[in-house]
Amino acid sequence: MSSAPTIELVDIYKSFGSTRVLEGVSLPLFPGEVHSLVGENGAGKSTLVKIMAGLHLADKGAVRIGGQEVLFRSTAQAQQAGVSVIYQEPTLFRDLSIAENVFMHRQPKTTYGWIDYAEMNRVVSEHLTQLGVSLRPEDPVLGLSIADQQIVEIVKALTFEAKVLIMDEPTAALSLEEVKRLFQVVERLRAKGAAIMFVSHRLEEVFAISQRITVMRDGRVVGSGPVKEWTTEKVIQNMVGRSLEALYPKEKVEPGKVVLRVRNLRRAGVFREISFEVRKGEIVCLAGLVGAGRSEVARAIFGIDPLDSGEVLIGDKALTKHTPQMAMAAGIGFVPEDRQQQGLVMEMTVMRNVTLTVLRQVQRFGLVSKEKEREIAAQWTQRMRLKGHIEEPASILSGGNQQKVVLAKWLATQPKLLIVDEPTRGVDVGAKSEVHRTLSQLAQEGMAIIMISSELPEVIGMADRVLVMHEGKLTAELARSEATEETIMFAATGQTGPLRDKKAKANSNGQS
Amino acid sequence: MAGGQGWLNVLLRSREGSLVLLIAVMTVLTTSLNPRFISPQSLKDLMLNVSIIALLVLGQTVIILMRQIDLSISSIVGITAFLSGSLFINHPGIPGMVVVLIAILAGLLLGAVNATLIAWGRIPALITTLGTLYIFRGANYAWVHGRQVNAVNVPASFLAIGTSTFAGIPFLTWIVLVLLVVFAIGLRQYMVGREFYAIGSNPNAAVLAGINVSRRLATGFLVSGAIAGLAGALWLARFGTVDATAAEGIELTVITSTVVGGVAITGGVGTVVGAVLGALLLSVFSSTLVFLRVPSFWQQSFQGAMLLLAIAADAYLAHRYALRLRVKWSHV
Repeated sequence: MSSAPTIELVDIYKSFGSTRVLEGVSLPLFPGEVHSLVGENGAGKSTLVKIMAGLHLADKGAVRIGGQEVLFRSTAQAQQAGVSVIYQEPTLFRDLSIAENVFMHRQPKTTYGWIDYAEMNRVVSEHLTQLGVSLRPEDPVLGLSIADQQIVEIVKALTFEAKVLIMDEPTAALSLEEVKRLFQVVERLRAKGAAIMFVSHRLEEVFAISQRITVMRDGRVVGSGPVKEWTTEKVIQNMVGRSLEALYPKEKVEPGKVVLRVRNLRRAGVFREISFEVRKGEIVCLAGLVGAGRSEVARAIFGIDPLDSGEVLIGDKALTKHTPQMAMAAGIGFVPEDRQQQGLVMEMTVMRNVTLTVLRQVQRFGLVSKEKEREIAAQWTQRMRLKGHIEEPASILSGGNQQKVVLAKWLATQPKLLIVDEPTRGVDVGAKSEVHRTLSQLAQEGMAIIMISSELPEVIGMADRVLVMHEGKLTAELARSEATEETIMFAATGQTGPLRDKKAKANSNGQS
Repeated sequence: MAGGQGWLNVLLRSREGSLVLLIAVMTVLTTSLNPRFISPQSLKDLMLNVSIIALLVLGQTVIILMRQIDLSISSIVGITAFLSGSLFINHPGIPGMVVVLIAILAGLLLGAVNATLIAWGRIPALITTLGTLYIFRGANYAWVHGRQVNAVNVPASFLAIGTSTFAGIPFLTWIVLVLLVVFAIGLRQYMVGREFYAIGSNPNAAVLAGINVSRRLATGFLVSGAIAGLAGALWLARFGTVDATAAEGIELTVITSTVVGGVAITGGVGTVVGAVLGALLLSVFSSTLVFLRVPSFWQQSFQGAMLLLAIAADAYLAHRYALRLRVKWSHV
């Protein structure tokens, strides 16, 4: 298909402050084609999407639609030009109905100038039926699953008669069934001649759905071409620019005695029948799709969320109360997923942040002693190879360095068990491997670690054992040797059965 | 759950329904203890008492729907009430309609101060309007300088707005009812109205939908100011006497009414009808306390308790709903 591109990005440059995010990116989207954009976190994909959506202006370069140069100063302009974006986390008004969400700011009117709710509901209902979805336009968005919310976003794009549909990691939070349904919808739109950009981390999906693939790394396009020119290995090599082994330096450690044992944890509607143990020196990864309940289990073990039933044992002693204080006293450390909101006090200095967990240790006569604070903070931040001064506020550090501060803060408590939730989300590749190196080293020194991660290569590279969750239940326990992208995804999407069959089936699925 | 007490369920499911029910129950109970509770005179007093609060509730609803707050309304009412009175004193023979229009314009102007600071100065509404609450009131004190407007200074035809009735309902209340209908339709049937909901529900999504959030915020504070200006003129008509302390403290009654009436303080949820019913409920409640000879100093405590009860009920219902969803999506 060599027709003219529907939309074309030409030589786009974009910087935020002193950070170059995009350096001369060119990208055409052709009608009737799904064009996948892949790359690691921080490669610049999201910024590119935001430029096409009208949220950011490029510093240099052009956006062309039908050969004409356009300048999107707002999302409304982009939408009017026929460019619609579907974000990973749908941005909807949860208090309003589905139909109102679709037509916000451009509602149809009756002859008296009133909003025509009947017409609105009729149009939305029509689209929903066409997509084969059983939602009612009058239903409030509050209460819809992420998958259904994305359907609402797609209906919105359809009512714009979007010529260009950009989907930014739409499948990250979906079950296998929901992904299938989404792909049917995408296929239908493509057949009608829409130009679709698909941003994803899941390579199987990329290969399943696209006609063209572009790989980005560090703000540049490193490869682009029709799907037949690509293989999974080639895409990954392009993405990381180095081989997998170098990224994940997990040292082999002989696991010691059991540090944590949980039995039959249950929280109504969130997770149930969760039992497992973690040994000294072991890194156990909790894998699964977003929303499977991994973070919730971790939060419950640490005592942030309540448990309906079940037991948490450290060594041989069961925790009598499920509170963070109790968990910390028993030797559990918890590095939450959201650094900005849960992990760091942004306005405080690095030093203060690090010693927050050990205030008792830095006291002298009941007051905080600055020397002791400095001593402890310096010890752990050096250990983490933190770039930045400990008396500067945490807010000025990069994402990777902030994550190191959070880690240092918990290491200062010298926990027996460290729970880390998505430790490398949003950090650059260099900082990522530092985090991996540190975790590996801590395990070697005898710490037990539970790591939650959505990045399969990270899970496979770091874990001694992988526990896979699906919709609140453990569906598989895989040893390091058994853990592959296929076996994990298989369990994460809810397929059960004996492990060996599972592996065989997964492989045959991959080939067919 | 289905069947059985169907109509009761329907009534209780909407906030407006449960408010009507509560007001009815309270009225019946009080009347059975003291039949004078529904005498024409006390009903008229009730309507007059609630009217100005209900009027201000209309503006406040628009503000709270957008997850904002306007504390400065009581000071705007104070200034415009005295302004209206002094217009009658300094310009004898000035038509009442002109005075009302000038009061509304003055309210609009003061609202514009809030609008500018909040929508374009990006100062949180709580801080901005707390500041202007004091600034406007302080300016009022300086301007009034101990003077007072008395009923003798105001033409009888103007005072009649606050005393005469039409079809058994005070003229003042008619004004509020007409505006209530206008606001209800505006918020439900016009794009601007839905955008207020959208902004309060999810400000980021509102930007993505192409809504000019700053402009809408400004619209809201202008509307609230204009309504407060109108309320100021009507305050004079209702009470006849105005000094520098007029309407002091009513902003809290207005906000309480709005929230009791089901407008979520977190934005995006609620209707003007509910909010006005909230004002009516509080008003009926305080009359009830009077009729039951509850010492007046308890009234404020009861009002506060009502607010907390309303919010607790909301939180409880939201929690139950969330729990239901959780179970629904977990496919247990």
